[in-house]
Amino acid sequence: MPFTIESIREHFPVLHQEVHGKPLIYLDNAATTQKPKQVLEALNSYYANDNANIHRGAHALADRATRKYENTRTMVGDFINAKEEAEIIFTKGTTESINLVASTFGRKFIQKGDEVIISTMEHHSNIVPWQMLCEANGAVLRVIPISESGEIIFDEFEKLLSPRTKLVSIVHASNSLGTINPVKAIINRAHAVGAKVLLDGAQSTSHLEIDVQDLDCDFLAFSAHKLYGPTGLGVLYGKREILEQMPPYQGGGEMIKEVTFAKTTYNEIPFKFEAGTPNIADVIAFGEALNFISGLTKPLIKAHEDSLLAYAVELTSKIKGFIPIGTAKEKVSVLSFNINGMHPFDVGVMLDAKGIAVRTGHHCTQPLMQRFGIEGTVRASFAVYNTKSEVEKFAESVERIAKIKNK
Amino acid sequence: MSTIQEVQDEIISEFEILGDDKESTIYYIMELGDGLPEFPEAERVDENIIKGCQSKVWLTAHEVDGRVIFEADSNTDITKGLISLLVRVLSGRKPMEISNADLYFIDKIGMGNIIGSQRSNGLASMIKQMKFYALAFQAKQNA
Repeated sequence: MPFTIESIREHFPVLHQEVHGKPLIYLDNAATTQKPKQVLEALNSYYANDNANIHRGAHALADRATRKYENTRTMVGDFINAKEEAEIIFTKGTTESINLVASTFGRKFIQKGDEVIISTMEHHSNIVPWQMLCEANGAVLRVIPISESGEIIFDEFEKLLSPRTKLVSIVHASNSLGTINPVKAIINRAHAVGAKVLLDGAQSTSHLEIDVQDLDCDFLAFSAHKLYGPTGLGVLYGKREILEQMPPYQGGGEMIKEVTFAKTTYNEIPFKFEAGTPNIADVIAFGEALNFISGLTKPLIKAHEDSLLAYAVELTSKIKGFIPIGTAKEKVSVLSFNINGMHPFDVGVMLDAKGIAVRTGHHCTQPLMQRFGIEGTVRASFAVYNTKSEVEKFAESVERIAKIKNK
Repeated sequence: MSTIQEVQDEIISEFEILGDDKESTIYYIMELGDGLPEFPEAERVDENIIKGCQSKVWLTAHEVDGRVIFEADSNTDITKGLISLLVRVLSGRKPMEISNADLYFIDKIGMGNIIGSQRSNGLASMIKQMKFYALAFQAKQNA
């Protein structure tokens, strides 16, 4: 596939439309990315040709569906360089992946008085499951503070570490700020006190090359729909030796080895954690999303997105009343901001009137908003199919809106 | 004083002039908000916040000579503009007129399309609260 943005855009039917009489400029990619034709076709083709329940079916369709489903598992393993595909568990999304770890690893290995460390910039999905766990078992939640630029204060993180630390659960790239955290160093220090590390990769996996063996993270959670894949599907990567020690998450079909009324034994990983009929069609279609990404290659995707972000920062920095939120040195393509004297919601609605889709509000990171003393932000986030001219239109529109209150 | 219906029809014809252009409609709504009387600082308390709105909306109601006077404010300009429309239609009327009012102008001016479905729920909460106040005053008058 040649890397011209026009040819890439051709793969995304949804981008070719008008909203409110203006060409759609989709800058809400951190919420969800659009889906290329290959993914849509795979979904359709699965139901049109292959639909069958997977595993244990003694017929051709079941066999075909199983092979395709398991093929995506292998692809996901390759995508993050897992040692083996058995370390890849399919879930509903990042949120469920984190909840799975909290409910299984958490219940078994985190006891009263033990500590879980998160950071100020976590998404609610990496806060609430740990609060629930701590409430249930008397463990303690510790929070790494961040600087004004939206970066973790590493010294403070180190101070929080102790033999009581059982888990560090941290976001790889912040959904609200774009900050890329120094996760390798975090993992290193956490392991030194014997703690495990879960990475929330919801925002990082679509931009950064991920090598779980090199990072040495114990868990990685991410969602397909932020990776040009379908909604309702996520991944939990975990190291084999840890997954094997964890109790099952949900009980039901698929996750068992043998059931008698006296006792049930459980299946091997990853099936132990995939009770019930999984999201077969979406898993198979996700394989096409991964093909799409690997066809372009991550370094090219990131280079393009970085240049869009840099251009957006350059153009918006000249706007009177423009207040960027999150100015870390290392960022994924997220531009969060406020306009002096204006509510983010008003800015978002006015951008929508120009055909520009952004997200406004607290972005499910209320403690982070409290840290900055704001109610919310306007967030523009760029993906591989966005163009320089879209960034220009976005900046022009923001400038016009800002002028209302900043003459 | 014009009737509730007359004021609604007035608003509908104002919005008809703006046509389908969402941008000018929004700018117009924001300007309408500027026309709302200053909200008393002492009333800007949690008890006066309407639940169910994404942005903050404060609403108070007082009875003056058998009529309900609404005062309202919001921390977002678009919401403030929308409230100003409700105040224009409903404030200064008898409780029974308010509780019986059919607010057809909201659909007619295409509010759902302008503010989105989630915010429309907030608007519905605002109307519910205004009617609730009216019913309370009505009950008091009948007592």
